[in-house]
Amino acid sequence: MGRDTVHVCGEVGERQALILGKVVLVTGVARQLGGRFVRRIQRDPEVERVIAVDAVPPEHHLGGADFVQADIRQPAIAKVLAEFDVDTVVHMDVTATALGRSGRGSVKETNVIGTMQLLGACQKSPTVKRLVVKSSTSVYGSAPKDPAVFTETTPPKSLPSGGFAKDIVEVEGYVRGFARRRPDVAVCVLRFANILGPAAESPLAEYFSLPVLPTVFGYDPRLQFVHEDDAVEVLRLGSHEPRRGTLNSGTFNIAGDGQLLLSQCSRRLGRPTVPVLLPAVTWVGSALRTLGATDFSPEQIRLLTHGRVVATRQMRETLGFRPKYTTAETFADFVRSRGPGLLPPAALAGAVDRIAALPFAGGNRCAN
Amino acid sequence: MSLLRPFYEKYFRVEVKGVENIPAEGGALIVANHSGTLPLDGLMMQVAVHDHHPRGRHLRLLAADLVFMLPVINELARKAGHTLACAEDAERLLERGELVGVMPEGFKGIGKPFSERYKLQRFGRGGFVSTALRTGTPIVPCSIVGAEEIYPMIGNAKTLARVLGFPYFPITPTFPWLGPLGAVPLPTKWTIQFGEPIPTDGYPPEAAEDPMLMFNLTDQVREQIQHTLYKLLVQRRSVFF
Repeated sequence: MGRDTVHVCGEVGERQALILGKVVLVTGVARQLGGRFVRRIQRDPEVERVIAVDAVPPEHHLGGADFVQADIRQPAIAKVLAEFDVDTVVHMDVTATALGRSGRGSVKETNVIGTMQLLGACQKSPTVKRLVVKSSTSVYGSAPKDPAVFTETTPPKSLPSGGFAKDIVEVEGYVRGFARRRPDVAVCVLRFANILGPAAESPLAEYFSLPVLPTVFGYDPRLQFVHEDDAVEVLRLGSHEPRRGTLNSGTFNIAGDGQLLLSQCSRRLGRPTVPVLLPAVTWVGSALRTLGATDFSPEQIRLLTHGRVVATRQMRETLGFRPKYTTAETFADFVRSRGPGLLPPAALAGAVDRIAALPFAGGNRCAN
Repeated sequence: MSLLRPFYEKYFRVEVKGVENIPAEGGALIVANHSGTLPLDGLMMQVAVHDHHPRGRHLRLLAADLVFMLPVINELARKAGHTLACAEDAERLLERGELVGVMPEGFKGIGKPFSERYKLQRFGRGGFVSTALRTGTPIVPCSIVGAEEIYPMIGNAKTLARVLGFPYFPITPTFPWLGPLGAVPLPTKWTIQFGEPIPTDGYPPEAAEDPMLMFNLTDQVREQIQHTLYKLLVQRRSVFF
């Protein structure tokens, strides 16, 4: 499918791509998702070579990709771009948490300074034709004053004051600046909802792996998920030529259909929840963080208080992407990978049925 | 909703008129007066539409941001199908052909003193009219009688309200003197009257940007609700029966 579009539009760059094949540079490959994307995109016929970049060598294999150990915070990344005649850059090294034991400071530096360096290198490179950035729906923040559904053009009501969300806002700002300065480069910003799946390694996945889920009392946030497989697919869609009738440069929300409430999530996981009063949540969060259980950042708490749902019409109509998994299916797949919790849904349903069948509970409770 | 129904049928004994003015399908914007210190009128309107409309349509209410800031309340509101009163959400619902309920008086209407009962306050900036114009959906004016007297607000503790972050803090003959008991609404007799729909699809697309037309339509809706209110008040025999 990618091939025939190359025939349709015969610009110099694309013809070159047809003859020589594409050279794709991927950052952040030491992560599971980066590794999976590298392994997947090599199999595409139009891709000749994949350059995988990260500051630390990955634990998983990268197939036939060339791994270059480089820190994107250093100007050396420009040399890598020039040396391999890279034409497509997939920037996936924008993450909420550090790999291993480095602190928040270095994550922020990789996110912001790394993006600046990478974009600077891209700007100087004459060969780069396409840039894909893995962003997040965190840019919208999460507040009670927000509309129920965010579209790509909704301005955030309360700008995130720090943490990953602020990094993302800054990264997107730099990407927009780059798109203005290099209008010949197709720039695709993909704002992912929370990515889940059997191998997910996000703060939210860690949160859902806790034996007991602390929640904010009196709030039941609406959440949206994307499956890892869909994330890899849409990144691939963004890094190739657009299919006929679609456009893959611009900003797109990426999320599975539908939404889940946190209470539904906890029931499907079979993990009990402990409602905590909002003022006390921050203490519980920092206590959990000190124990190393999970990264309970303020923005994570905001997400688990007010929730966030995005519109995906642009993704379907302009980008032409249909996720294979809905939000609920993504979560079901995640639940299968985690094993049963303290209160398995089947056992709970059985217990509820038995209580309802007791004579004193009365039959009319079932009728409701 | 099954929790609200006893209130609706037994406590306030709501009488519904003109439910045939709500279209059987497609989007419509129901605009109502707002009163009663606590927004029970919106909830009762939701029950009225669902139980009396032949199609059992669901009314999606637009609520103030305060609703979504309060714990527990926000959870219930989302699950009852309410959303934030902003143009994006309203437009999205109307485009999907949903029935949307809005009370443009907002806090000015619900938090007005007892002496000003049944006097409509300013209708905001008429944002609801431009949303209806943009989506071409009819506006159904709705007048609610009875809600004004459930909590006769004789005073407003402004300092306390500011401390708590509320737009007003009501003082009624029973609240806060009797504690939680004072928060029980008075059992007044309610009437909800849906008026003739005002079509908005005959206007050119740029009409939503025309402030003159918007103010005219806003006034038309406001007048119609006010007139119906006066008519219903004249017909009413007593506040409680």
